Amino acid sequence: MLTDRERQRIEAETRLYPHPRAAVPEALKIVQDHRGWVPDEAVKEIAELLGLSPTTVDSTATFYNMILRERAGRHIIFICDNVSCWVTGYEVLRDHLCRRLDIALGETTADGRFTLLPAACLGECDRAPAMMIDGEIYGNLTPERIDEVLAQYD
Amino acid sequence: MERVLTQNIRPSEEPLTLLEYEQCGGYQGLRKALWSSPEEIQQMVTEAGLLGRGGAGFPTGRKWGSVPMGDRARHPKYFVVNADEMEPGAMKDRLLLEGDPHQLIEGIIISSYAIEASQAYIFLRWEYQLAARRLISALSQAYHNNRLGANILGSPYSLDIHLHQSGGRYMCGEAEALLSALEGRRAVPRSKPPYPTVCGLWGKPTVVNNVETVCNVPHIVKHGPEWFRSLSHTDEGGTKIYGASGRVRQPGLWELPMGTTIREVLEEHAGGMHNGHALKALLPGGGSTAFVLPEQLDTRMDFASMEAIGSRLGTGTMTVMDERTCPVGLVWGLEQFFARESCGWCTPCREGLPWVARTLEALETGDGRPGDLETLEHHVRWVRMGNTFCALAPGAMMPLESALRHFRSEFEDHVAAGGCPRR
Amino acid sequence: MPTIYVDGRPHEVPEEGRNLLDACLSLGFDIPYFCWHPAMHSAGACRQCAIKVFATADDSRGRIVMACMTPVTDGVRLSIDDPEAVAFRASVIEWLMVGHPHDCPVCDEGGECHLQDMTVMTGHAYRRHRFPKRTHRNQDLGPLVNHEMNRCIQCYRCVRFYQELAGGRDLDVLGWHDHVYFGRHEDGVLESPFAGNLTEVCPTGVFTDKTLKPHYTRPWDLQTSPSVCVHCGLGCNTLPGERYGVLRRIRNRFNAHVNGFFLCDRGRYGHQFVNREDRLREPLLREANGRVRPASPEEALERLRFILRTGAAVGIGSPRASMETNFALRELVGADAFHDGLSQRDHELMATIRTVLLQGPGRSASVQDVARADAVLILGEDVQNTAPLLALALRQAVFQQALGIAQRLNIHKYLDSAVREAIQQDTGPLFIATPDETPIDDAATATYRRAPDDIARLGLAVAHRLDPEASAPELLDPSTDRLAQEIAEALRTAERPLVVCGHGCGSTAVIEAATNVVCALEAAGKAGSLSCSVPECNSMGLALMDGRGLAAAEQALRSGRASVLIVAENDLFRRMGAEAAEALLARAEHVIVLDSLPTRTTERASVVLPAATFAECSGTLVNAEGRGQRFIQTFVPEGQVQASWRWLGRMLAARDGLGAPPWANLDEILGALAGELPVCGGIRNLAPPASYRLHGQRVPRRSHRFSGQTAIHAHEDVREPDPPDDPDSPMSFSMEGYHGQPPSPLIARFRAPGWNSVQSVTKFSRGVAGPLQGGDPGRRLIEPEREHSLCYAAAVPPFEPQPGRWLAVPAHHVFGSEELSAGSPSVAALAPPPSLGVSPADAETMQLEEGQELGLSLEREVRSLPVRLRPQLPRGVVTVPVGLPGLEGLDLPAWVTLIVPGLPHRGPRSRHADA
Ligand SMILES: Cc1cc2nc3c(=O)[nH]c(=O)nc-3n(C[C@H](O)[C@H](O)[C@H](O)COP(=O)(O)O)c2cc1C
Ligand code: SF4
Ligand code: FES
Repeated sequence: MLTDRERQRIEAETRLYPHPRAAVPEALKIVQDHRGWVPDEAVKEIAELLGLSPTTVDSTATFYNMILRERAGRHIIFICDNVSCWVTGYEVLRDHLCRRLDIALGETTADGRFTLLPAACLGECDRAPAMMIDGEIYGNLTPERIDEVLAQYD
Repeated sequence: MERVLTQNIRPSEEPLTLLEYEQCGGYQGLRKALWSSPEEIQQMVTEAGLLGRGGAGFPTGRKWGSVPMGDRARHPKYFVVNADEMEPGAMKDRLLLEGDPHQLIEGIIISSYAIEASQAYIFLRWEYQLAARRLISALSQAYHNNRLGANILGSPYSLDIHLHQSGGRYMCGEAEALLSALEGRRAVPRSKPPYPTVCGLWGKPTVVNNVETVCNVPHIVKHGPEWFRSLSHTDEGGTKIYGASGRVRQPGLWELPMGTTIREVLEEHAGGMHNGHALKALLPGGGSTAFVLPEQLDTRMDFASMEAIGSRLGTGTMTVMDERTCPVGLVWGLEQFFARESCGWCTPCREGLPWVARTLEALETGDGRPGDLETLEHHVRWVRMGNTFCALAPGAMMPLESALRHFRSEFEDHVAAGGCPRR
Repeated sequence: MPTIYVDGRPHEVPEEGRNLLDACLSLGFDIPYFCWHPAMHSAGACRQCAIKVFATADDSRGRIVMACMTPVTDGVRLSIDDPEAVAFRASVIEWLMVGHPHDCPVCDEGGECHLQDMTVMTGHAYRRHRFPKRTHRNQDLGPLVNHEMNRCIQCYRCVRFYQELAGGRDLDVLGWHDHVYFGRHEDGVLESPFAGNLTEVCPTGVFTDKTLKPHYTRPWDLQTSPSVCVHCGLGCNTLPGERYGVLRRIRNRFNAHVNGFFLCDRGRYGHQFVNREDRLREPLLREANGRVRPASPEEALERLRFILRTGAAVGIGSPRASMETNFALRELVGADAFHDGLSQRDHELMATIRTVLLQGPGRSASVQDVARADAVLILGEDVQNTAPLLALALRQAVFQQALGIAQRLNIHKYLDSAVREAIQQDTGPLFIATPDETPIDDAATATYRRAPDDIARLGLAVAHRLDPEASAPELLDPSTDRLAQEIAEALRTAERPLVVCGHGCGSTAVIEAATNVVCALEAAGKAGSLSCSVPECNSMGLALMDGRGLAAAEQALRSGRASVLIVAENDLFRRMGAEAAEALLARAEHVIVLDSLPTRTTERASVVLPAATFAECSGTLVNAEGRGQRFIQTFVPEGQVQASWRWLGRMLAARDGLGAPPWANLDEILGALAGELPVCGGIRNLAPPASYRLHGQRVPRRSHRFSGQTAIHAHEDVREPDPPDDPDSPMSFSMEGYHGQPPSPLIARFRAPGWNSVQSVTKFSRGVAGPLQGGDPGRRLIEPEREHSLCYAAAVPPFEPQPGRWLAVPAHHVFGSEELSAGSPSVAALAPPPSLGVSPADAETMQLEEGQELGLSLEREVRSLPVRLRPQLPRGVVTVPVGLPGLEGLDLPAWVTLIVPGLPHRGPRSRHADA
């Protein structure tokens, strides 16, 4: 069930647009904000709240890469795999992360702490290579720096 | 050298508040604009020679001029700021968004006024969280100080701005796909014609402009088109935010006159190559531009000059490779990105890009076979503007095409050596 | 007429502003395509239709464009054969095949696959892509449609059809890049009753006919013939396919005036009753001891001769029997003793509809007319559930005015998504006045939920607003009056206004009110048309025959004027309450019943004759529009099954001691029918006579690729038996005959060189989506007489909810309400469970909850039904589903009482009075 808070936030969002469908991406993000991902149930409830069909909502939900339709870890790591980061050592960092966390890209650690996902260029090219954890950007990464950063997250 | 867009931006400091911004001469353009007619503002922007900074370089005045005005128009009209900035290697809009949100807001108000829009949206990519926080705060200041909402600064003009944070997809940056995304649909582009200026958001006239484009507008209105043209080295008006990243000594962003040479950006501002390594090639303005070689460094970085050498200005933020970078691997990474970001609507992009990416992967990881280069060339040949529905896939072919042209022997080596010789 | 130059040669095309793909296909050129569809226009997604256009006569380079996205302009120069265009098209199909499993040998679509055709046409034969193909998990989409996503080529047609044409919301595209997936958010039955069209809309084997799977047959091994759907009154044209005596499937038969490219799922899947185990295949005789035994036709006819000579007979015809059968019965018993077999209410409703359509001024609308209407008022009819395809047409109609918006923005009509984007919610006007909500309410400008009498009053009010001469209903509430005014304005200012009504809510007052609106439009100088939905496949034809109502049959038997009752293809228990039906049957000394399946009526018969279904004989049906349409026998049934009219002819010969039946074949009985019933004069020319030959040959029912000799009967005979003769049509039961294009009423399959899929329809029509060459089959038998007198219907008092009584109105269900399709397993599986619809206000007063069992007392019977809350239902009205098991033969609307179980002494009456 959507919580009252989720419901209120979604309803507030619908007022910003002439049509309820426009609130779908934000509604999904609101749910994700509260629960870490968007379960099937929530898709149905958002649909009902906005007067849409669950399939319509899911059609939007499954298009965007910030909407997680599978249960994710407590912290989401987006590692930038784009040119500037690639040129400055992305592959080494990725391998380091995968080894440290013992997962492949797209997976969640066994303890449910981290999910590791590839990201489009984070706009951090001047401090490449970069990654983002829960909305916080980290640049000029090295394997050591990664270890430090990871330690900040429980 | 005059800094216009970045005059108020102080690295690693909070951006100016509304009050501070006004003290630095902000919202002067807006006051002036509200005393002019929308047509006059359109006229100024046209005369200023402002070309869209989103990558395609379309004349902003002309875009605005195609919006039906007055009684002919269907209402409401919309103004949309493209702050999706997901082009590989691009980072310039983030600077403007984080560094001086009021400049953008002022630009939006004037631009919206110029096309008689009553509603504006900022379409911001999700990852720009800091920008979002700063924009929200600036917007709220603007509302509290009658820069937004009903009867702005006592004029008859009213405007609302909403910040929309994207669900994330490179495709959202494509103007028409962005409109679909704003409507809460999948970010799939739309057929052109009709152009959004006639039938855009919810079927109503809509203008989409890039952040940097919009930020120029207050200054044009404030100082006039002549002044704006004089900022540039060429006849494409204004300054441009250039950037460099990759194997350079000092990656960063610099506001310079439009038409500054590649060499100047690379050597004077980015400090030349990292640790004395040699420049191999660079992508001048994002992942969907063609490689530029060392012998082309004296080209001016404006839309026309870059096009003349077979590349594009794009975002003006270059990614630099030295002799240690494998072009096959780099292009593989890029094509993987483009394949991943395809919206899945049209065949050449949806099916062609993954094929290209897999072929490059095979080359890079030791599964390359004779015929693979022909496969790549086949795609370069046929995944072209007009053959696809939008510009994503043709853009994706630019680095591949130029890499094959400039570094063909390295591709061949990958087949012969059974993988990347640098691995 | 603009001229276009195709590879250097000039061609004239009908209009500017269409797209080049449409134009080139219309001219007979082959251009491969996927995402474009003649009914859905252009999407520009697949990029398969690439051609070259040249800026000037001197331009030799040209540029590649998508034909479907490029408008026809006068003088445009294009090339289909340009090497670059050819190479690009080859590349597109190569891309499309990257993920395709190439599983043609095991794919249901094989042999009629548009993807196969286009692959061959484009010349892609060698696979260069050497990487793994993507795979998907398939979904269970219910009993009708099979899902095999791996075959998908992402043309987006399915979702565009499903959402934009059919109004469905539970099929969409999921995922992105090369992982786009076309399905639902979770497994489950597709909600739209038009989902079956996906099997034809999909250019390959993603969506296929699930009911065909258990007895799959290659399309070229199906024996097919042109037929007409028997599951509602619209008469959609169909192509049944049979093999080895089993009807395997139904596909759409294009008819631009009627169903166009689509069928509803009742029509597509309702046919399975033909194959039922319990089909009547031999005559049955009842012995003196009451037992029933099979008998030979000769013995049965001998018994019938005896019976028919014992006394006069009354005949009861049927709205689900052909014109020929009803006519043969009428000939056998005499016009005075011929009854239409309808309940008294239906009899009156049909008489009203008949009068209204024959007198005018409203001309009956074809389905195509409905789709083109630009302002619509629906009175009383839940069209998606009574005449499903009308709902598809109405979803098009609401765009007719709105297209003006797109036009003003210079958006080409074929740019489908752009047109929709420009229009947004500015569709309509479509006004829907029905007792309960309907599935097309989402397309409505306004809805009006009242009891049938109030709906009639709304109609009267609209008429009055259009023409003050028409009397205004008394005591009209201001909001209804305002709505009436709005509707009147919308109809008055439209170019092609339409009023839809029908038998659906069981009220003649509503039909008369609808007529009033059209009359008033006429008075206001606007020619409006009228679409009256009728329940069964030959309801309208039967109405033209002027039979009497069932009450008269009862009267004739009771008075002793007749002692024999002959029932042709009618189950009396579905026409009246069980008690009344029993009473009627009991009054006859002998009951003779012709039917294809056992019914409660055949169980009471002394003689049962096995009747052919639509697939097993040829005949004529008249649809709601008044269009006579010929259906041609698909296959020769097993056993002694015969067309009812043949049995009846033999009975007549037996009784009168004639050497042979009066009509040897279809042409003869049609000749007699046309002579006898002038209103049906046109009925003989609906299809070429049996003697017709094309280049001296018959038209084959089997394709030239038919596999021919098989071993299925080898244990009996290794020789292929001679094909049976067909005395009723110029078609052969074999692959022998003329394989070119036959006259449109004889088209048994759509196939043209290089085009094995249904997309070949464009090769048969005049212009894309235009009428079939030589004219669409069928013709209107009725036209309104022009010298009508405007006669406005009488006043209707407002509906008053009554204490302790409820007005039960019929609720129709696309699956379950119609008799024949309900006999098909997959349709029956989708029928809703019976329930009683109650308004929330009434439920609250009675303290009822959703799902609670309630006694419905009607005609001295009490039926127990679970409550379903119907939020929009007006107070004092309940809905009762039509035709579901246990609910057959109810005469609705009717006043009923409701009994709350467990409250024996406090029935609804007292509770309501308390409240
Ligand atoms: C795949 C693709 C991605 C794009 N991404 C962006 C973007 O992130 N930001 C942007 O301003 N323009 C982007 N564009 C360009 C826009 O389509 C459009 O041209 C631009 O927003 C117009 O603004 P301008 O006229 O001010 O340059 C993209 C184009 C394509 C084809
Ligand atoms: S080129 Fe085609 S598939 Fe690719 S992003 Fe554009 S429309 Fe979508
Ligand atoms: S048919 Fe023209 S692009 Fe698909």
